[in-house]
Amino acid sequence: MTTSTERTHARPNAGARAFVDRVARVRELGIVVALLALFGITGAVNPAFLSPASIRDILLNSAIIATLAVGQTLVVVTRNVDLSVSSVVGISAFGGALILADHPQIPIPVVIAGCVVLGAACGAINGLLVGVARVPALVATLGTLYAFRGVDYAWAGGRQVNAADMPQGFLRLGSADVLGVPLPALVALTVLLAVGWVMRNLPQGRELYAIGSSPDAAVLAGIGVRKRVLTAFVVSGALAGLAGVMWAARFGTVDATVATGKELDVIAAVVVGGVAIFGGSGTVYGAALGALLLSGITSALAVLRVDALAQTAINGALILAAIILDRLLAIRVAKALRKRRYRDAR
Amino acid sequence: MLALREVSKSFGAVRALREVSLDLVPGEAHALAGENGAGKSTLVKILSGVHRPDRGTLLLDDRPIEFHGPADAQAAGVAVIYQEPTLFPDLSVTENIFMGRQPRRSFGRLDRRAMRTRAVELFSRLGVPLDPDQPTRGLSIADQQLVEIAKALSRDARVLVMDEPTAALSGNEVERLFGVAGSLREQGCAVLFVSHRLDEMFSLCQRVTTLRDGAWVATDVIADITPDDLVRRMVGRDLATLFPKTDTSPGEVALRVERLTREGVFTDVSFEVRSGEIVALAGLVGAGRSEVARAVFGIDRWDAGRVHVAGRPLRAGSPTAAMAAGVALVPEDRRQQGLVMDLSIERNIGLTGLRWGLVSRGAERARATDWAIRLQVKYAHLTDAVTVLSGGNQQKVVLAKWLAREPRVLIVDEPTRGIDVGTKAEVHRLLSELAGQGLAVLMISSELPEVLGMADRVLVMHEGRLVADIPRAEATEERVLAAATGRAA
Ligand SMILES: Nc1ncnc2c1ncn2[C@@H]1O[C@H](COP(=O)(O)OP(=O)(O)OP(=O)(O)O)[C@@H](O)[C@H]1O
Ligand SMILES: [Mg+2]
Repeated sequence: MTTSTERTHARPNAGARAFVDRVARVRELGIVVALLALFGITGAVNPAFLSPASIRDILLNSAIIATLAVGQTLVVVTRNVDLSVSSVVGISAFGGALILADHPQIPIPVVIAGCVVLGAACGAINGLLVGVARVPALVATLGTLYAFRGVDYAWAGGRQVNAADMPQGFLRLGSADVLGVPLPALVALTVLLAVGWVMRNLPQGRELYAIGSSPDAAVLAGIGVRKRVLTAFVVSGALAGLAGVMWAARFGTVDATVATGKELDVIAAVVVGGVAIFGGSGTVYGAALGALLLSGITSALAVLRVDALAQTAINGALILAAIILDRLLAIRVAKALRKRRYRDAR
Repeated sequence: MLALREVSKSFGAVRALREVSLDLVPGEAHALAGENGAGKSTLVKILSGVHRPDRGTLLLDDRPIEFHGPADAQAAGVAVIYQEPTLFPDLSVTENIFMGRQPRRSFGRLDRRAMRTRAVELFSRLGVPLDPDQPTRGLSIADQQLVEIAKALSRDARVLVMDEPTAALSGNEVERLFGVAGSLREQGCAVLFVSHRLDEMFSLCQRVTTLRDGAWVATDVIADITPDDLVRRMVGRDLATLFPKTDTSPGEVALRVERLTREGVFTDVSFEVRSGEIVALAGLVGAGRSEVARAVFGIDRWDAGRVHVAGRPLRAGSPTAAMAAGVALVPEDRRQQGLVMDLSIERNIGLTGLRWGLVSRGAERARATDWAIRLQVKYAHLTDAVTVLSGGNQQKVVLAKWLAREPRVLIVDEPTRGIDVGTKAEVHRLLSELAGQGLAVLMISSELPEVLGMADRVLVMHEGRLVADIPRAEATEERVLAAATGRAA
């Protein structure tokens, strides 16, 4: 620590330098700025956007995607992708709801745990395909995306579980507040902090980054690449299982089509959140903020009375804008670093 | 301590190693010599657990042992510096050094402070001012190599294996490395050292094993043999002189660079290269030589100045324009800039000959074969991916790729890095011959003998500026070094 601070202070342009460092190392700052701008501008146009009810809504909406985005980040960081998450959410939501409706005597925590385990099992299938059988992740998880959904359809057989069929205690979990914060958002936050801590502080987490950064070098460094990739998929699957429970509790009405197409929202959140799609960099915090930003934008467009059809296009444009901004920022930072290296060399 | 007994290894039809035996003993530095593709790196990878021998055994402390992967070899105390950098570009220098065996604190947490302190310590031992917090993406090859060295040293290894660690380093850094390797050796570490530079083997090592075409040729005590003996063992014949420069009378100005500046990288660089002339660009690593080459070729933009090729101005920042004007660049970092690693050899050579994105198969193959033979690339099939070639042979493919275009101005950045003595002479002969046919050659090289032997004129850069322009007759080692270190003008 000491050497770097000394060096920073010795320089006249320490401020600019510190800023470059900050941006280079904490890319999430950009999303925070975007979030602030979104809330500031929309709130100025329509103050109702900043009302507690509206904020609560945004938090609820983003909780599920944020949970999925955290799991997805683990996978993307290893230079893979998990497209099957939406199907895992679907199968877990339907399975959980069905058990609760048909067997009300089973305690709710057991059902929740069962959903998470089911998700983890799906993730293990992905992990074995990608990590051990070396099927490219895009192909493998595209396959399981359809396969899991197919199992879901077969299981449901056209059946739908309604809120009235499920225990009240379970449905309350989907909308209860703890200290004024909706429970699903708290769950998502807990998951985020736990996974974020692991990714930063434990060797296992750092090894995921190493694998995505250079798979060959990871093998040479003696990292158990297969095991780590398998783990990343299992965690992603388990979190998708958890997200399925959140879905069932929140919406009450569950059939086999739950969460169809959500994998793209998740990946969008991850990318907007600054996680490199080719692995090696980005954080779960960024991904969660990305999820928050995207659902914030959706709500804002509704508040601003933008036509629902135009919303999708605007969403897309914003994703592109986020990515372009990110690139520009990266180039800027690279340039600043280059000049600095040159100055330091003399 | 660690030994190989009659080890063989084949890749398909290529027999990379044939019944090779080797003994590494504590307190001794052992050199491994051989031409490109002789099997040196394959041997290194067997010691490090990357490859498993087809036949033969590995002995550790006289007991047979099997390495099932790099982790096993590391656990046995073998630290390896591979020929090609194996870094994680997104992670910091410190994390790169300790990845896979980080120091821990309570709850299994990483001990970042301890890692950083040890990294700083390692770099001060090596005498290099590298920022341990910066990501390794964008480091020069020399710096990448230094990180690799720090990584290997941090392991407190019993056996230190170095595969051409010095190829990208300048004299000073090499000296430091040898100092550290020497003291490790005195502490009882066994060292295996692979290099194409004979003087390095003679100054660091006590014994030398020579391989030729995957087979063991000889193991000698260094003190008992001469460099010429060693070359004879490697090549199997006597070598013609290196640097067969023929005098030429330079023609028209082929490349004129005027006051070229790229902010923060190089400043006010002006020079000319005439056709038929070989101009060397000398200087220390990091002086901005490669950057000038990259800018001229249009990979990087320049902020001020002009470049003319054969009298016509060259558009900035466009490699396509540079290629159309007849400029070719053989880059320094072959893996990242010179080759498409997963494409075949013939494809790589043919790549720059693309016409409207189409390649003609027959012509491609003919040209690839022609150049592969002229440069003596050692390969099984032209259709093999470049990744499987030995390091030196990859370098030859890069050369072949550009020479096949028959350019007007050829910029070569460290053309003989990692190339064995025999082929080095061949490359020198080739450059000289091409210059004789009217090609203008700008050669960046860190090897002084090569610079002095080959160049008609020597330009010297120091900290981003051109500080000297010395004609062949006046170029001496002292003058070039003095200019490169900024001691004289
Ligand atoms: N993975 C592989 N697959 C196929 N062939 C390989 C592979 N690795 C090496 N070879 C071949 O084995 C031979 C020996 O290669 P090796 O890399 O050991 O040479 P080297 O002595 O290190 O040469 P250099 O001095 O150029 O680094 C070469 O002909 C090479 O093409
Ligand atoms: Mg080699």
